[in-house]
Amino acid sequence: MDKATLTHIAKLARLAIDPAVSEKTTADINNVLKLVDQLQAIDTTGIDPLAHPHETGLLLREDRAHSQIDREILQALAANTNQHLYLVPKVLQSESQ
Amino acid sequence: MQTLTSLQHRLENKKISSVELVQAYLQHIEKCDPQLNAFITVAKETALAAALKADEARAQGAAPLLAGIPIAHKDVFCTKGLKTSCGSKMLDNFISPYDATIVQKLDASGFITLGKTNMDEFAMGSSTENSFYGPCRNPWDLTRVPGGSSGGSAAAVAAGFVPAATGSDTGGSIRQPAAFCGLTGLKPTYGRVSRFGMVAYASSLDQAGPMAHTAEDCALLLEAMAGFDTQDATSAQHAVPAYQKTLNQSLQGLKIGLPNCFFDQRLDAKMGEKLQQALAVYESLGAKLIEIDLPHNHLSLAAYYIIAPAEASANLARFDGIRFGYQCEAPKSLQDLYERSRSEGFGPEVKRRILVGTYALSSGYYDAYYIKAQQVRRLIANDFHKAFEQVDIIAGPTTPTTAFLLGSHQQDPVSMYLADIYTLAVNLAGLPALSHPAGFVDGLPIGCQLIGKAFDEGRLLNAAHQYQQATDWHRQHPTLCLE
Repeated sequence: MDKATLTHIAKLARLAIDPAVSEKTTADINNVLKLVDQLQAIDTTGIDPLAHPHETGLLLREDRAHSQIDREILQALAANTNQHLYLVPKVLQSESQ
Repeated sequence: MQTLTSLQHRLENKKISSVELVQAYLQHIEKCDPQLNAFITVAKETALAAALKADEARAQGAAPLLAGIPIAHKDVFCTKGLKTSCGSKMLDNFISPYDATIVQKLDASGFITLGKTNMDEFAMGSSTENSFYGPCRNPWDLTRVPGGSSGGSAAAVAAGFVPAATGSDTGGSIRQPAAFCGLTGLKPTYGRVSRFGMVAYASSLDQAGPMAHTAEDCALLLEAMAGFDTQDATSAQHAVPAYQKTLNQSLQGLKIGLPNCFFDQRLDAKMGEKLQQALAVYESLGAKLIEIDLPHNHLSLAAYYIIAPAEASANLARFDGIRFGYQCEAPKSLQDLYERSRSEGFGPEVKRRILVGTYALSSGYYDAYYIKAQQVRRLIANDFHKAFEQVDIIAGPTTPTTAFLLGSHQQDPVSMYLADIYTLAVNLAGLPALSHPAGFVDGLPIGCQLIGKAFDEGRLLNAAHQYQQATDWHRQHPTLCLE
């Protein structure tokens, strides 16, 4: 992985990489990738991927309305709310902006 | 050393009240935890109030058997009204609005939450150094780590701050700190214990379990924690056996598999000798030792460090700085809010794993990394299935070395990953495994790992309990905090 790829991946992960540590971060990630690269030498032709240890599938509940946690309690954990809505910086800017 | 069973008898026989017990533990924490940093939160007031209630209920004959016994929870479990930080700045301001299912179940069994323990941030680490709240230290030697990521739970129990604690294990995070601190720790079968209310790291690998002095106490705790939960879609619909009732079964004829790859040059030579002595004890109890092969086991580290970061990158996407957790100052745009909240809120190891996981899942690399790792995961799981056609349980070391020095792996994260070489495969296969004390090397505890078939925790607990009837390694405790 080079610095340009790191910048692209960081953008996908919504992380900002501090320029002061980007070299070290790239080197550390390359060490991890070197470690995992040994998998490439293994012949896995015809082997089904195992995504979940028991492969039983997810158990679904009956779709039934019931009271859980109060909206006020949940929204009290947020930095900014107003009238049951979460507030974020303006997403659509006017043309003059 | 106070076990849960001994405390239960003392409370039942009115030798001590729950209030006295909680006060004694709180005093010990206040005096000695500054040396260890095992706790992130000590719930003094609520614990004392719960102890008073437990004493009243016991006096009226209306208390559950375990009423009034204190326990600590790893800070990965949601506890209503208490901070649940996951060792991260991201959740430093997070007061959980609900209890994790295991917290609720242990509460219903009578346990009192004494506090929340230190951990590697979001359970990513093997030393409890990756914590926003500072590193935790090993009570056997303050210059060494307690292991991780459940290092705070392990240090707290080993130091006698609490008789037992909960932990979580995604790649060895219960077993490795249990081994480093001289405790018994059990990672149950995937799905055996509900994950509801446990902050997710890698959802196909995470599992909660008990950490205590003895296998008997782990049996008691697992019975209280385990069971189907409609709130966890991956929870198993298997009845919970009475684990305590099978602890005394004979080990005559038990077939114990010894994988060659667990006893190679990676294992410290002195630890290898101690482990052979532990296996000889099992033999003297009637078990048969059989050499087995796990041909793909050496690939578990590589497979794990694709699968776990990939799942982490998806799970940790929920930390957006908007609905809960840390939010950066004066965000200029939505993108800026996301990026700065996450970059300032997460520590270096968490960011590293998110980046590796995002890379493995990104276009052009998905098949080469993620699918490949899942195919290897199946090969690793198949090896275990095949081995269990021959043997009842598998034994080996929990860790390749004893507890390492604080800071010794901080410059090279990959070297730290090697601390988990013997534990990772178990999580990939979703099997149960236990670590129990098996002696000391240079004054530091070592662990023997027992791995079982899916949902065969009873047999692991039975074997470890029988071993503990014949040995006293689990009764040793550090003197540091008892002065």
